[in-house]
Amino acid sequence: MRPTSPTRHGDAVSPPAGIPRASLADRNFKHLLVAPSIFVLLLLGIFPLVYLVVVSFQGITMMETDTGFIGARNFVHLLHDQRLWDALVHTLIFIAIALPVELILGLAMAQLFLDKLPGRQVFIALLVLPVVVSPIVSGATWSLMFDVRYGPITQILTWISGRDVALLWTINPILVYPSIIIAEVWQWTPFMFLLLLAALANVDKSQLEAASIDGAGHWRIFFKIVLPAIWPVMAIAILIRGLDLFRLFDIVWALTRGGPGTMTETISIFTYVKGFQQFETSYTAAVALLIIVLLSIVVLAALKRVELAR
Amino acid sequence: MNLRQRRGLKLAVRFTAAVAITLFFVFPIYWLFMISLKTAEEIYSFPPKWFPSQLQFGNYAVLFKDGDATTVGNSLIVAGVSTAIAMFLGTICAYSLARFKTGGEHLANWIISQRMVPPIAVVFPIFLLYVWLGLVDSYVGLILLYTAFNLPYVIWMMRGYVLDIPRALEEAALVDGYTRWQVLWKVVFPMCRAGLFATAIFTFVFAWNDFIFALVLTRTEVTTYTVQVTHYFGGQSNFWAKISAMSVLGTLPIFIIVGFMQRYLVRGISLGAVKG
Repeated sequence: MRPTSPTRHGDAVSPPAGIPRASLADRNFKHLLVAPSIFVLLLLGIFPLVYLVVVSFQGITMMETDTGFIGARNFVHLLHDQRLWDALVHTLIFIAIALPVELILGLAMAQLFLDKLPGRQVFIALLVLPVVVSPIVSGATWSLMFDVRYGPITQILTWISGRDVALLWTINPILVYPSIIIAEVWQWTPFMFLLLLAALANVDKSQLEAASIDGAGHWRIFFKIVLPAIWPVMAIAILIRGLDLFRLFDIVWALTRGGPGTMTETISIFTYVKGFQQFETSYTAAVALLIIVLLSIVVLAALKRVELAR
Repeated sequence: MNLRQRRGLKLAVRFTAAVAITLFFVFPIYWLFMISLKTAEEIYSFPPKWFPSQLQFGNYAVLFKDGDATTVGNSLIVAGVSTAIAMFLGTICAYSLARFKTGGEHLANWIISQRMVPPIAVVFPIFLLYVWLGLVDSYVGLILLYTAFNLPYVIWMMRGYVLDIPRALEEAALVDGYTRWQVLWKVVFPMCRAGLFATAIFTFVFAWNDFIFALVLTRTEVTTYTVQVTHYFGGQSNFWAKISAMSVLGTLPIFIIVGFMQRYLVRGISLGAVKG
């Protein structure tokens, strides 16, 4: 469909300012532009959601193909499924450790690279690289790094300690969390670094100098002037990374597959195992619904507080 | 020590710290690339060697000979086509949101919140839907999902770029007799060319690097490179030569593209919140 063409006003008679805004914003036209996107988002957003609700009240598994409704049994099971709540706890542990480490390390790096430094642009260009590597490739890379025999980490630790070291990073229950967190921190600290570097560069220099002349110490200046100035960006960085960590899958999949046992199983890995390895279709639908509801609450609350829009 | 010496010392300390930190972040990438160039004997030598004794591309040759490298082609097709569709649909939608405030803040917020749902919760019902429609392991299915997943990002980013350009030009063009579509093609798109380009690159990278959607929705026909990498993980032994070579095939193009995009990187990864 072709939108109605704009009327040609008498060329000299009416200046652009005389055109009412409605002439750009023809009702049909503006809705026509939005329609295809909304259609696609609804098709793959809302429709599956409705489907999830329906399936979650059925009892479909690999063995059971009967689509009769069984009431809220899946949701009751949800409450008593220790493995599910463990997976949620594991996910929260990853968030609670990796997020602050990435934030503080990223902030420290941003401070370090804020002022002039020989080769600054080269350093930054290299530091960016981990962010654009596929997370599954990061996980694979770190499994090469952590290998007990042919990986460089064992070798370096042997040099430092001066005796033979044999650490099974991705198998030893004490080391699995550190190994996943190291890989995670390696990949995403540069993300924090880039955002915070941009934020720090925008802090008003004259204010810092004035405070310095007034005799304020480094820490005082940081907490009273710098931190409030960079907070809007920092909040967005925390939100984006927090949501990413909540869906943590690839790096864990490559390093431990959730093991040993289910020690490092995150909520995403749990859902995958239930849905695609154990084929508990209806129960998985209930789990997916739980995740969507939990996350929607967090996102809506966060979007209200964070100034993502301008 | 005088002031000058103290400044020099401080700079030296900062420079050393910068080198150490950069080494930590670059070394794993170096290790991945280096392993892909080693022969099998060198990969499995103890203690590990930090440099290959000679440069050889045998590991890559095997991937091309066995046809494993076609998975990179699959990644290119699904990421490329879905990016093109998402860019077109998303940009016209973004224009409407930015210029006419269509749907107000609520619609814009709903769109961006669509991106924040964990992929596993999205892909599970999609998988059931695709089984029913026969779209599992098909280009169409994967392209459709990547398009839908990336649309919120494109709309959100392009909305920001359109808001950055003055609207007076569009009104002037309308007065000159352009149709509304012509205004879009000949005024708006050229004006935000840099934003279009940067957004397209990031959209492409998201689809290219995805693992979980491809893991669930592909079997043998449209396997992407990320899924292929995990095929080389074994219970007892990993095929390191293949893991590393396949990973490099998927990673090197991204490094090259992003190398040209440094200026837009911060805005792109911060969902437009930081203009960088």
